[in-house]
Amino acid sequence: MSTTSSLAPAKVSQAAADADHRVSFGRVFASEWIKFRSLRSTWYTLLAAVLAMVGIGGLISWATNNRWDHAPARELAGFEPIITSLRGVDLAQLAIGVLGVLLISGEYATGMIRSSLTAVPTRLPVLWAKTLLFAFTTAVSMVVAGFAAFLFGQSLLGVHGTTLSAPGALRAILAVAGYLTLVGVLAVALGFIIRSTAGGIATLVGLLLVLPGIGQLLPSDWQPHILPYLPSNAGAAMYTVRADPTLLSPTGGLVTLLVWVVVALVAAAVLLRRRDA
Amino acid sequence: MIEARELTKRYGEKTAVDKLTFTVQPGIVTGFLGPNGAGKSTTMRLILGLDRPTAGTVTVDGLPYAQHRDPLRVAGALLEARAVHTSRSAYNHLLALAATHGIRRSRVDEVIDFVGLDQVARKRAGAFSLGMGQRLGIASAILADPSNLLLDEPVNGLDPEGILWIRTTLRELAADGRTVFVSSHLMSEMALTADHLIVIGRGRLMADTTTADFIARSSGQAVTVVSPDADRLGEALAGPGVAMTRTQPNRLEIQGMSAADIGVVAARIGAVLHELTPQQASLEEAFMTMTRDEVEFHSHHVAETDDRTAA
Repeated sequence: MSTTSSLAPAKVSQAAADADHRVSFGRVFASEWIKFRSLRSTWYTLLAAVLAMVGIGGLISWATNNRWDHAPARELAGFEPIITSLRGVDLAQLAIGVLGVLLISGEYATGMIRSSLTAVPTRLPVLWAKTLLFAFTTAVSMVVAGFAAFLFGQSLLGVHGTTLSAPGALRAILAVAGYLTLVGVLAVALGFIIRSTAGGIATLVGLLLVLPGIGQLLPSDWQPHILPYLPSNAGAAMYTVRADPTLLSPTGGLVTLLVWVVVALVAAAVLLRRRDA
Repeated sequence: MIEARELTKRYGEKTAVDKLTFTVQPGIVTGFLGPNGAGKSTTMRLILGLDRPTAGTVTVDGLPYAQHRDPLRVAGALLEARAVHTSRSAYNHLLALAATHGIRRSRVDEVIDFVGLDQVARKRAGAFSLGMGQRLGIASAILADPSNLLLDEPVNGLDPEGILWIRTTLRELAADGRTVFVSSHLMSEMALTADHLIVIGRGRLMADTTTADFIARSSGQAVTVVSPDADRLGEALAGPGVAMTRTQPNRLEIQGMSAADIGVVAARIGAVLHELTPQQASLEEAFMTMTRDEVEFHSHHVAETDDRTAA
């Protein structure tokens, strides 16, 4: 192939091509999808999240059923079959969170972000496309993982298990998937805000796991005003089956978590527009 | 066409780019020359909107880069720091960039073929050698067939064959009517590639002129004369405005007279000439003379060389 044929004069083709080659949100989304699917680590991490949901839920269900006759009465009183099979959410949220941070921090670490932002210099479409793409992927995979974990867990719980038609079962499964999706979006926002993998993951783990622990040390009359509003407790309120007086209502939990996510996204958008890449 | 007006970038206390005003014209290769740390990469990043200027403006084809609707068709860039995810294949990297502008898949194959990466396009970009990385960078830059090309140190890490390839490619791209802006700290490379030079030191504009003019202006031209009659010839040439040094018994370095005039004098007095050579100062020397005081990090060795040049 000759150079001139592969590199047609730009000036001539520019006007005609303007309309055909404009950057649009759909095109940025398509580009983000190519980036997402072409990294092997994406699929491994997503698989880890699915395995965490199904595996941990199955393990706890099996163990509960296995030692039912030896379990203390207090433990049995707290038993609830739906949540028992969905306990993998605690580990799955870490896999989803790490993947969400990596989606952005990986670009900053390798320099890819310079290519991304040169192609889309208005920048914000990259943030929205990544957010939407990851929310969609997480939602789909975690709904599937949630149903799988529930059915697998109930089968291992044997006579102590329940069915999908049990009150609250469907809502719990969908709420777990919804919680994990919002954690994923929060992680994407943190990735854009913090830009480093280590810092982003540390912040996410701090928000989800460390803050609730620290909160327990607060004066007991402060706790009801703070603890339920932490992201992980707001999530627990979304999917809990038995009413828990220390948690918000399911809707309250959802709204609280949405506020966290929106605040983080707005901060990410402002910083992405303002900072040097 | 790239136009910078009073372009300034400060990082805290440090001024990386200091009121740069220049225009990069289409149809020629423009070299962007300066010692390491002079602000070349920062200027490139400002042009592409990756960094925000502290003051001043820069436009590409009349608009700030970020305001173009199809930016990759306006400017393609090879940035010095790699801009590729190391775990992704070259093919998928280019495919993702192409998707943002709705560029067809066959164009991706075309540029991969053009830069000679077809054998390794499906391998992880992280496993690429420096030279292969540069070729991938060039492929990304020309992907959307842009009217402006910005290449930051493109010959870094390339073997002689690759350097020749870049040189030819840049000339062809410019001959197509594109604006080609190439940075380098290698003056000798620019002498071979660039028609026009924009020279900066510590973020300030030092020269904006043709390559030939830059060399001519920055050096007093000297003529080397080798003659067995050096004594007689020296006496005949001596005069106001003529400087002469005798480097060997029969060798004279003469400044202030052209080779032609020296030849006329030699013929008149019947002096035998073994050699009569105009010494064009290399771009390297011209550059060193000009930026001597503007280099940020002097090595000891370079500092000594500078002193000799100055003496």
